[in-house]
Amino acid sequence: MKTCLVVDDSRVIRKVSRRILEDLGFEVAEAADGVEAMAWCTAVMPDAILLDWRMPAMDGLEFVKKLRAEVGGDQPKVVFCSVENEIEAIREALDAGADEYIMKPFDGGIVAGKLGYLGLLA
Amino acid sequence: MIPLLDLSFISTLCLTRAGLKVDAEKAYLIESRLAPLARRECFSSTEAFIDALRHGVDDRLAWAAVEAMALPESEFFRDHHVFSQLADDVVPALARARGGEPVRIWSAGCGTGQEIYSLTMLLADAPGLKVELFASDLSERSLEKAQSGRYSQFEVQRGLPARMLVRHFEKDGESFALSPRVRQMVRWRRVNLMDDLARVGQFDLILCRNVVGQLAPEAGVHVLGALHDALAPGGFLALGQNDSAGKAFVRAAPDLSLYAATGQAARSAA
Repeated sequence: MKTCLVVDDSRVIRKVSRRILEDLGFEVAEAADGVEAMAWCTAVMPDAILLDWRMPAMDGLEFVKKLRAEVGGDQPKVVFCSVENEIEAIREALDAGADEYIMKPFDGGIVAGKLGYLGLLA
Repeated sequence: MIPLLDLSFISTLCLTRAGLKVDAEKAYLIESRLAPLARRECFSSTEAFIDALRHGVDDRLAWAAVEAMALPESEFFRDHHVFSQLADDVVPALARARGGEPVRIWSAGCGTGQEIYSLTMLLADAPGLKVELFASDLSERSLEKAQSGRYSQFEVQRGLPARMLVRHFEKDGESFALSPRVRQMVRWRRVNLMDDLARVGQFDLILCRNVVGQLAPEAGVHVLGALHDALAPGGFLALGQNDSAGKAFVRAAPDLSLYAATGQAARSAA
């Protein structure tokens, strides 16, 4: 079973994402910010990370840069999931090491499309 | 609730005008497609709108109804491996075979343009490849939207990789606008595939994906026959994964829904 870490400071978003990802056959773990997410990743790297941008403690951009510098940190597919919808912001996230980008609001179809494109769906 | 008689009237209208298969039993589909149109045209109800169609007051309205029923569900890079193979292998092979003449490509039933733009974005980045891109649809409204190259945030997240988004689109208010460089590579025209297609010309690659399946069986056979005639020697027809090509075509690549005209010398796509 593939694993996905959902990183978002909103419990509602984490719940919605969890439901979508479980329907897609993922085992889901949750983190409320970049620091918590990094703790998960140093223990075991997930196959995918759904990552919010604006979060307390450590934001998504800082997290992805740190993750990519870790041993094995190039492995997880990182999909940003943020209300930021300016082209420049999306480019910044991709340049920082994200594989894909979802603009909120999103639905199951969009998540499935992005993960499928990244080769994470059977 | 739309009366059954009205539903079968709409079904017959779509069949005779565009060969479109609309199941009269699917009341919800007909209602959901026609209700916004009825409102836009200032009718008090969908029933009143259909009543006006019945009395044949305005031919434009009848076409608008048919077009609304033909609306495709459109996404970028649908079956994305198809697009990479078309851009990486099929089109370059056709270009070599054409020996310097441009490769003519037609998206037949292009809807709101996502299919032809997906291919165009890839070809725009292929240096030295000479292509002429055409796209047609039955619906004027779809064509207008396609030509504008403007899509909602929701639409650009359907199948379009984020890297393609940042490379080819600019944010414009709430929409995302495709770059003029890509947009201007495509020429648009309203074409009813049920009409005589003799004047549309000949093409090396025709994309007609997930269109034939929407047509009534006889209409599908008619359209495939017309596309066969519009295919230049050595050309290919790309259908949707669930479309059936019929007897006029043979599959040209095992893992792609790509077909060559029967009777032409078999040639490999790559």
